[in-house]
Amino acid sequence: MSESTTRTDPILAFEEKKDPTFLDATELVLNMGPQHPSTHGVLRVILKLDGEKVLGTECVIGYLHRGVEKIAEHRTYAMFNPYVDRMDYVAAVSNGLGYCEAVEKLLNVEAPPRAQYIRVILTELNRIASHQLWLGTHALDIGAMTPLFYTFRDREEVLKIFERYCGARLTTHSFRIGGCQYETYEGFEQDVKKFCDFFEPKIDEYEQLLTTNRIWVQRTKGVGILSGPDCKALGVTGPVLRASGVKWDLRKAQPYAAYKDFEFEIPTGQNGDTYDRYLVRVAEMRQSLRIIRQAVEGIPEGAIMAKIPKVLKPPVGEIYHSIEAPKGELGYFVVSDGSTQPYRVRVRPPSFVNLQALNKMVIGGLVADVVAVIGTLDIVLGEVDR
Amino acid sequence: MADETKGSDQPAPPKPSEGAAAASEKPAAPPAATPPAAKPAVPAPPPKPAGPVPLPWESEMVTRLRQRFGSGLQPFTYLGQNYVIADPSIVAQVLQELRDEEQFDYCVDVTAVHYPKREKQFDVVWVLYSFPRNQRVRVKTMIAEAESAPSATALWESANWLEREVFDMFGLRFDGHPDLRRILLPDGWKGHPLRKDYGIIQQDQEWVQINLGIESGQ
Repeated sequence: MSESTTRTDPILAFEEKKDPTFLDATELVLNMGPQHPSTHGVLRVILKLDGEKVLGTECVIGYLHRGVEKIAEHRTYAMFNPYVDRMDYVAAVSNGLGYCEAVEKLLNVEAPPRAQYIRVILTELNRIASHQLWLGTHALDIGAMTPLFYTFRDREEVLKIFERYCGARLTTHSFRIGGCQYETYEGFEQDVKKFCDFFEPKIDEYEQLLTTNRIWVQRTKGVGILSGPDCKALGVTGPVLRASGVKWDLRKAQPYAAYKDFEFEIPTGQNGDTYDRYLVRVAEMRQSLRIIRQAVEGIPEGAIMAKIPKVLKPPVGEIYHSIEAPKGELGYFVVSDGSTQPYRVRVRPPSFVNLQALNKMVIGGLVADVVAVIGTLDIVLGEVDR
Repeated sequence: MADETKGSDQPAPPKPSEGAAAASEKPAAPPAATPPAAKPAVPAPPPKPAGPVPLPWESEMVTRLRQRFGSGLQPFTYLGQNYVIADPSIVAQVLQELRDEEQFDYCVDVTAVHYPKREKQFDVVWVLYSFPRNQRVRVKTMIAEAESAPSATALWESANWLEREVFDMFGLRFDGHPDLRRILLPDGWKGHPLRKDYGIIQQDQEWVQINLGIESGQ
């Protein structure tokens, strides 16, 4: 517990001011985390408090730092592919998509259309799974326990599809540079369609539990407000940006994979508060279902791997490629020196940049709101620390 | 795989000509782990085109920037992505100009690349995006180890943590940063891991011994 050096005895200060209505409360510094359950991992937030009111915060991160970017420089392009799954481990498919596309760009190849469609289906399924996990844990933080069981029950169905497709449930490593390693299994389309039909009414269930729930609304409305210009200045992207009224989604702004073939909307909010972010993410799940349905209907026949050499040696150069991960803009800056190993891989993690907004969002709020705001930012510490 | 030795004997700054050479010697290195059953005599893949080279980038914006900054600024386009290389002395003004006049209102990323064999060892890279234009541009500058880069925190708040990470990983200083401390590694750590001369299993043993009470982190 650190004390400021200018601190004076509160009783003396009180007497000096000679004002009976003046009550001097000393600033309290409180450590939240790194093992606090609501910080979703190992995040330590140092709170400066005036009673229940938050005066300032400081995030201490890095507890989960594994040096992913350093590892990349010592692996070949293909060998590094599974590592990216371990950053945002609840949306491993998105991480893989971003990395594979970045290296493909560097190699100047494009995955075949069928692979692109498979990629879109799996990525959107993963977006749903990521939002489900977010919703369950976020609601649990705020005190609503039921949604956790609902969302995890339904997330299981997504993970089952992953498991049948590639054998893994969480860190899927489902894509390869140049396309996909695996052809879809027998009955993949039916499974995905079945999931869409199964899951659509479940979203209504979630909404029934929360959207008009009085406690939920009171705990989230007007909490952690972030305006659109603030979001842009802070580099905040993803659902947090959209809930502040900025209609920006990389899938539309700079389409990658096969996203330009599908119709979907970008849900936005107006107030930029925790409640709007909840609404935006729920609406995004519906839009993801819409994309998945179109993709399954229109999935073309053909190869799933582009013609790429066995040993990947991208020409000298550098590329920045980013995708719309469930948390925001996930970018890869890859530098090649013409050898089999990347010279440098920089990951631009959405969680890391979004977490920077925490301070602005909680100042003036209550301690309990900090928990709500950490939840609403939807950070994954594996990605923050890499 | 000569993993552990890769660090320092990296070819230094990539030049297009080196890329061509590397690409043409490609078929000489067959994959070590090819299963014998899978057609061992794969015909050498067709020689890869020497690789695209960065081309000069021309646009209205570039013309305006050129007028202001002259030859201190070199605009390129590579694989459809635009970037400018700016002298360290003017890079602060270039960033300011891009934000104020050209509507680049979102600083996506700040990062660095280490080229130990070059005189100016570090590339500092800013990735910028403009919401109104839906355009990206990268600004790159080269600095030596003793030099510092200008901080972009006054222009974009998002640069704060990103610059701290560059400082943490590369030991580069940013002039005007309000709070330049390590962010991912512990405060007392010695060394900057993303430099090429920092080994992949290297650690600050002293820190590990004092703070974790174990002989070695390995």
